[in-house]
Amino acid sequence: MAEEAHSEGGLVFHPMDQFIVRPLFGDGPIQWYTPTNVTLWMALAVLCTVALFVLGTRGRAIIPSRVQSVAELAYGFIYKMVEDITGHDGVKYFPKIFTLFVFIIFTNYLGLLPMSFTPTSHIAVTAVLGFGVFFAVTILGFVKNGTHFLGLFWMSDAPLILRPVIAIIEVISYFVRPVSHSIRLAGNIMAGHAVIKVFAGFAAIAAISPISIFAIVAIYGLEVLVSFIQAYVFTILTCVYLRDALHPSH
Amino acid sequence: MEGDIASMGQFIGAGLAAIGSGAAAIGVGHVAGNFLAGALRNPSAAGSQTATLFIGLAFAEALGIFAFLVALLLMFAV
Repeated sequence: MAEEAHSEGGLVFHPMDQFIVRPLFGDGPIQWYTPTNVTLWMALAVLCTVALFVLGTRGRAIIPSRVQSVAELAYGFIYKMVEDITGHDGVKYFPKIFTLFVFIIFTNYLGLLPMSFTPTSHIAVTAVLGFGVFFAVTILGFVKNGTHFLGLFWMSDAPLILRPVIAIIEVISYFVRPVSHSIRLAGNIMAGHAVIKVFAGFAAIAAISPISIFAIVAIYGLEVLVSFIQAYVFTILTCVYLRDALHPSH
Repeated sequence: MEGDIASMGQFIGAGLAAIGSGAAAIGVGHVAGNFLAGALRNPSAAGSQTATLFIGLAFAEALGIFAFLVALLLMFAV
């Protein structure tokens, strides 16, 4: 399909070409152990995290440097969010939630660099994050509350006749959660990057190239915003699911 | 401009699926507009409700993303 679009001469390059996973060295087949561009940009995200939170806060100054205050702001922002949504007994799980937030926001922002690659634009990556949260939260709910966790699906304040119907709907919506949780992130990031590349393809046509370059700038600005908001939404939904697991009674 | 009826169906289906993005736009605008209307009536309560705003926006937007995904699947995967 991509080759056809090339040969028909519509766009100079295909907007989905940027999402192709390529091995870093050579052109061989991709095995599970092959270092690819996904591996590279994920590793860079981890290195940036280390740089910000280990090297940046190394001074432990009373009056923080700029890097240290960025790290402190991010920490305080997520800490307050976890505390507000899940309550005091959810603060124990703050490290996991903060790790998710920092990893997603760094992969999103590094992916905005020209010629880079965004691991979070692949559903394979976000599904691991989303299903990880789903399984962790479900197991945690059963460990903490036992069979009382099933009260999440049994609305005790609804009329008795409606309760089985509501229970079925609640069970379905519970199992759709990890799917929508992961597709939301991947879809948003992939859509934004594809739109930028579509306008970049239009920039080759001389008559509309000023408009399309302006559109690239505008959409790039929007993408900076979306990258943050999607990382925020992913973490806030993780907190909401965690609250449901810790306090299942409706 | 030659092609077969299957790829025509693909393109028409992808275009129809893109309508879902517009529907999601209505939903997102509704959430944000209602939040703003409420926030201007009672600005002191608005700050504590931004989390709820983003959750609502995310749920409304996810369905539009699903429509976009269907369009992409029709274009590239089928």
